[in-house]
Amino acid sequence: MPLLEIQGLTHRFAGLCAVSNFTLSVEPHELVGIIGPNGAGKTTVFNLITGVYRASEGSIRFEGRELVGKRPSAVTGLGIARTFQNIRLFRELSVLDNVRIAHYGQVRYSPLEALLHMGRFRSEERRITNRALDLLSVFKLEDYAAEKAKNLPYGLQRRLEIARALATGPRLLLLDEPAAGMNPNEIIMLMEFIGWIRETFSLTIILIEHQMRLVMGICERLTVLDFGETIAAGIPSEIRNNRKVLEAYLGEEVDGDAP
Amino acid sequence: MNSILRDHSALPDRWHRLIANPFFWPAVAGAGLLFCIAASVLGFLDLYLQLILIYVGINIILTVSLNLINGYMGEFSVGHAGFMATGAYVASLLTIRIFPSGISDLFFPLAIFAGGVAAAIIGLLVAIPSFKTRGDYLAIVTLAFCMIVKSVLENIDAVGGPRGLLGMEKLTTLPWVFFWAALTVWVIRNLVFSNFGRGVLSIREDEIASDLMSVNTRQVKVIAFVVSSFFAGVAGGLYAHALQFINPKMFDIIKSTDILIMVYLGGIASIAGSIIGAIIFTILLEILRPLGVWRMVIMPLLLVLLMICRPSGIMGLRESRLFFPLRDLVTERLWRKRKKENGDAPA
Repeated sequence: MPLLEIQGLTHRFAGLCAVSNFTLSVEPHELVGIIGPNGAGKTTVFNLITGVYRASEGSIRFEGRELVGKRPSAVTGLGIARTFQNIRLFRELSVLDNVRIAHYGQVRYSPLEALLHMGRFRSEERRITNRALDLLSVFKLEDYAAEKAKNLPYGLQRRLEIARALATGPRLLLLDEPAAGMNPNEIIMLMEFIGWIRETFSLTIILIEHQMRLVMGICERLTVLDFGETIAAGIPSEIRNNRKVLEAYLGEEVDGDAP
Repeated sequence: MNSILRDHSALPDRWHRLIANPFFWPAVAGAGLLFCIAASVLGFLDLYLQLILIYVGINIILTVSLNLINGYMGEFSVGHAGFMATGAYVASLLTIRIFPSGISDLFFPLAIFAGGVAAAIIGLLVAIPSFKTRGDYLAIVTLAFCMIVKSVLENIDAVGGPRGLLGMEKLTTLPWVFFWAALTVWVIRNLVFSNFGRGVLSIREDEIASDLMSVNTRQVKVIAFVVSSFFAGVAGGLYAHALQFINPKMFDIIKSTDILIMVYLGGIASIAGSIIGAIIFTILLEILRPLGVWRMVIMPLLLVLLMICRPSGIMGLRESRLFFPLRDLVTERLWRKRKKENGDAPA
C-alpha cells in the first residue's frame, strides 16, 4: 500500500486554478521530487497535504486515512512534517524551545497537571527536554540550545528547521526548497544530509526544488508542475529529456531557430 | 545529561540554590499572607495604605492575566474591562441577593470564584473570533465586546442600570487580595512554563508554523482566553467588594486602557514586569493625587518618557530569574558550561 496517495487534487483561489487534477502516489521510503518553474503550484500542494489550505476537489490519503478537511496540527499528529520555503522558525524563542514546541503533541500530561506542575509534569518535561537536546546534538546544534533562533546563521537555521520538523516524529517529511540560498558546495553537503536523515529516521521524503543539480542527484522519481498542471512524471533521466519540461523551463522553441 | 538535569546541587551559587529550595516560594507566600493578615487585623497599616495595597493587588491580577493574551500570545485584546465587569456584577449580585447576609464573609470566596467562572464562560465566547482574526482586528472585536457588556448592563434594571449596584459589604480585605494575586501569579507562571505555555509563545511567533508543529492552536487560544478572563472576573469581584459600589461606566474602554498601560509599562511576556508595572502605576497614581486634574497630564507624560527611554517596557520580554522553574535554569547552566568547555563560543 502506498504511504501517501493523492488523487485528482484541485485547488482554486478565487477562480485561479493553482493546482489542477494533481495525482501522486508515494511508496514507503521513497524520495520523490516535485519540480517546476516559479508559481507552478508546488508549495500549494504542500499546503494542501498539511491542511493549511482545504482542497477544492480530490482526496489525499496517508496510510489509508483521508487528510482533506483535517486541521494542520492533526495532520502533523498523524506523522507528516514539513519545512518552509522561507524559513519560519519561532525567531524570538530559544533553539531548544523551537524543538520542544514540536513535541507538543507527544506530551502526556493533562492541563491540570500543567497548572499545578505536579504529577507527570516533571518527568514528562524532563523526557521532552532530553529528547530535544538529543535531537539537537544529532544535528550538531546543541551548543546553540539557549540561543535565540533568529541569531543563528542562515545555514544553521535551515538545519534547525529540519530538526524541528523531525521532532514531531514524522514518517513522511516534506521539504520545501531546502537548497534555497545555498552555493553549489553547500548543495552537495545538503544532498548527503538528506540521504542521511532519510536512513537515520527511516523517512519517506517529498522534496520541492528549483535546483536541478539537487533533484537529479537524489530523487528517485520526479513530478513536474507548470501552471498547476502535471506536465510530466517519471525517473530523473526521462524527465531530463522531456520536451515539455524543457519548454516549461527554457521557453518554447521559436520556428526557424536552430534546435 | 540526565543526571545534571536532575541534580539540584549542580547549581553553582547560593542565590540559585535558594530558589531551588522547594520551600522557597511557599515560605515567601506564607510570609506575605501573614503580613497581610497582621496588617489588617492588628491594624498597623492605616486603612488608606491598606486600600492602596488592595488596589495594587487587584491590578496585579488584571495585569498578569492580560499579559497571557497580549504578551505571551501576542494578540491584542482590549476587552479585559468587560470580563472584569462580568465578575464584578456576578459576585456582587451573589453576595447582595443570593447568599445569606449574616455570614457573607464565609461565602465571599465562593462569590469571587463564581464571578471568575462567569467571566471565563464569556471568555470562551470571545475566544472564537480569535480563531479567525488577529492583531488590530481582534482588538476591534474585543473593543466591541467591551461596549456590549457596558450597554447590556446599563439596560438591565434588575442590576441597577446606569446607576449601578450598591449595598455590598466591604468584604475585600488585604489577605484575600494577597491570596488571589498570589494564585494568579502562580497559575499563570505554571502555565507559561509548560507545554501549553510553549504553545502560546509559538502562536505569538508564527501561528501557521505552530499549527504545523502539532500545536492545537484553537485549543491553546481557548484555554488562554478562559484562564485570562477567569482572573479578570476575580479581580472584578474583589474590586466591587473593595469599593462597595459599581456601575457600568467604571468598566468602559478607559479601564481596559489602564490595564493595557500597566502591561506595556512593565513589559510584555514577563510576569515580573506585570507585577512591577501594576505596582508603579497604582502608586504613581496615588502620589500624584495632590496635583488634582494635572495628574492626568503628568501621568501620560511620564508614560511617553518611559516609552522613549525603554520602548519595550521595564522588563521587555525578559523574565526575572525568580520566576523561572529550576529546570530551565539548569538547562541553561548546562549549555553555558558546555560552551565554555568547548572553548569556541558560538556566534
